[in-house]
Amino acid sequence: MALLEFTPNGIYCPQADVYIDPWKPVKRALITHGHADHARWGSKYYLCTHQAKPVIQYRLGNGPRIESVSYGEARTINGVKISFHPAGHIVGSAQIRVEHQGEVWVVSGDYKTENDGISTPFEPVKCNVFITESTFGLPVFRWQPQREVMQEINDWWRENAAEGKVSIIMAYALGKAQRILRYLDTNIGKVFTHGSVESVNKVLQSQGLILPPAPKASVDNMRNAMEGSLVIAPPQALRSTWVRRFKDYSTGMASGWMAMRNTNRRGYDRGFVLSDHADWDGLNEAVLATGAEKVFVTHGYTSQFAQWLNEQGIWAAEIGTEFHGEQLEEEDGEVEE
Amino acid sequence: MKDFSQLFSRLETSESLEKVAALEKYFAGADERNKLWTIALLSNQRPRRVVTTATLQRWAREYAQLPVWLFEESHRVVGDIAETIALILPSPSEIRDFPLSYWIEIVLNLGEKEEAKQKEAIFNAWSEMSKEDRFLLNKLLTGGLRLGVSQKVLVNALARHTGLDDNLIAHRLMREWSPVEHTFQDLLLDGEGDASRSRPYPFFLASPLEIEPHLLGEIADWQVERLWDGIRAQLIVRQGELFVWSNSEELLTHKFPEFNTLLGTLPDGTVLDGEILAFRDSLPLPLQDLQTRIGRKNVTRKSMQEIPVIFIAFDLLESQGKDIRSRPLVERRELLEKIAPAGSVLHLSERVEAGSWAEVRENRDKAREYASKGLVIRRRSAPYRSGRKRGDWWEYKVAPLTIDAVLLYVQRGEGQEAGSFVEFTFAVWGDEGLVPIAKTEVDLTEPEKNELTAWAKNNTLERFGPVRSLKPEHVFEIAFESIAPSTRHKSGITLRNPRIVRWRREKKAEEADTLERLKAFLVFN
Ligand SMILES: [Zn+2]
Ligand SMILES: [Zn+2]
Repeated sequence: MALLEFTPNGIYCPQADVYIDPWKPVKRALITHGHADHARWGSKYYLCTHQAKPVIQYRLGNGPRIESVSYGEARTINGVKISFHPAGHIVGSAQIRVEHQGEVWVVSGDYKTENDGISTPFEPVKCNVFITESTFGLPVFRWQPQREVMQEINDWWRENAAEGKVSIIMAYALGKAQRILRYLDTNIGKVFTHGSVESVNKVLQSQGLILPPAPKASVDNMRNAMEGSLVIAPPQALRSTWVRRFKDYSTGMASGWMAMRNTNRRGYDRGFVLSDHADWDGLNEAVLATGAEKVFVTHGYTSQFAQWLNEQGIWAAEIGTEFHGEQLEEEDGEVEE
Repeated sequence: MKDFSQLFSRLETSESLEKVAALEKYFAGADERNKLWTIALLSNQRPRRVVTTATLQRWAREYAQLPVWLFEESHRVVGDIAETIALILPSPSEIRDFPLSYWIEIVLNLGEKEEAKQKEAIFNAWSEMSKEDRFLLNKLLTGGLRLGVSQKVLVNALARHTGLDDNLIAHRLMREWSPVEHTFQDLLLDGEGDASRSRPYPFFLASPLEIEPHLLGEIADWQVERLWDGIRAQLIVRQGELFVWSNSEELLTHKFPEFNTLLGTLPDGTVLDGEILAFRDSLPLPLQDLQTRIGRKNVTRKSMQEIPVIFIAFDLLESQGKDIRSRPLVERRELLEKIAPAGSVLHLSERVEAGSWAEVRENRDKAREYASKGLVIRRRSAPYRSGRKRGDWWEYKVAPLTIDAVLLYVQRGEGQEAGSFVEFTFAVWGDEGLVPIAKTEVDLTEPEKNELTAWAKNNTLERFGPVRSLKPEHVFEIAFESIAPSTRHKSGITLRNPRIVRWRREKKAEEADTLERLKAFLVFN
């Protein structure tokens, strides 16, 4: 019996009878972070980090029992030692470490190696087996430092403001939106948010995250104050009627996919290469730092990254399609979070 | 090159007006050399290719230390070699910003170096460039840098930058010039140079007629001629020399030695506007043949016999050295008939006699019998304008051909477009089942797309990378301009400009058209 198994419900630890980020309702779930494809609805009991809990609670409501632990704090279930370690992906995100009879497995969840100034920075965890994501597991994905990307975003905003335009930047409501908000140059103008960004902001601010003021862009406050301001909105908003309330505006999209010209500039004016996932160099560094003898690869360019690792002398395998199962169809149209 | 790369991405995404503004802003900030090189690149004068993409790819793999397969996987996802290379190289430790002209000098100098030296120079360049600049350099090196800017946009921007008149700029840009030998001053600001001798006039382009022709008014006010599928060109005789310019501003004189015989026939100071056609046994040959002939490096006696050409003149722009463009068409036509006696290589564009608009329409519908694209309708009182100005010159094209074909393959986009189909392949029935005949864009409504996507999920036969083959079930009406024989396609034919007209839900796959019926159209080609 392996310490962790890949089942149709998700990653499973038979010894402790717990799932990690399960796709179907289960008895006990360990959750890496609050993104909707990881913290799914319907299980009876959830365990996550203190910092991830408020968002997960906000998303799942008061029904299920949600417990939380500090980074590094160990819980033992039926002899399996379980602990959460910083993944640097979003606020509260964690890698999950399980240990039983001296054998250690780590599930990375989503992670990035660059310190974004908001999430607890990524920490490599020594293990025998490492299960890593590979959303951007090709060498074409190499990120610039956040500081440079934020400068590009601020320059773009400044230019639009000079032309009297509103800047609308598309970013995922949980994670990237706050990262951008935190490093905007608010001397340029006022910042507003789409409702779904604002509600996540409120949750995170209540747990102590410090963000510049960014009220919801409502019909009233926009009429006068909008010219030259910036609005943070989730990508879906671009395709909704919401965007039509703005007169003269320019749109920007912040995503790792913007690295390529064929995905850049489809329906928006500017692309900014900003991701909450590790780039090629980040993935490679992370794998090496674990010292793992075996690596399983999930999410993204799995076969390519696994083959590459094998060629580097690290035993690696992509997690087979049975494991992905029905998730594939769902992910078909979905992009990075 | 940061300013140029910003310009490049602005030109890629914006509307015409914004493009003009972006160019004007760029010109205001650039020095003379950079302006000149930018104009050259925008007019499709690129430095010659220095290295092949295969070589550049090999060097990039060496620089980044990546195996071939991983490079290829990356290329499949990115879609463009120059861009793939720019992205897979490790990030530079320090970025240095040199102007466009600096990199172009390097590219020009590389041509003379031996391979090892070329590689060294390119490695050095890559090591201090941003991704965007690397992309542009790679495009320059492989001769593939293209900017999406029409001549009109460039002319407008330069007119605003220099304060000169649009037409004057257009005219000056049309002479033979080279960014190596000339300066910005020579090209745009100084008056007549020697180059002016060969200079054509800006072309006046007809607009597609989208309304019924009788709405144009009295037929007597209009002149009707056939619309040919050739290369639009001006034939110029000045100071005892002959020049041929295409409307994409290429000097094609040397491609058509047979036109030199006209030097004896046409008086000095003559500029004809017309169409070059490949022509044999009193019938035009497909445009493809003409392009093949032009594409060959040398014009040989053999190629001149295989693909003979003629010039069909339909307008006279300069007579006895005088610009007569402002005179009405009817006067220009009269002079043209006097000045240009029809001969074996020079034909006069025939007027289509029609007493009513109904006759005009009938004539248009017979266009394929003449291997023409339809008719041109020109206002007899109009001057010769420049560019595509609506109102006086109309193209009245024959209705497209249509067939019913079966949807056979769909291709998915990458990355952000991963959820949607980006290309369809259609097939018709041959002797041994369905034969692919055309690829089209996915021009369907949102609900249709969604329906088809959902259906495709459960009806996929095979997947090859981003392509799926589907159960042959759905029939679509496909329109196309014309059809030509092809040895490169399994079907033996190729369709020009195919596009989806509608989804024919009422038809079953068995009811789609046959290859035989499609080949019957070839008779008219
Ligand atoms: Zn996530
Ligand atoms: Zn995720």
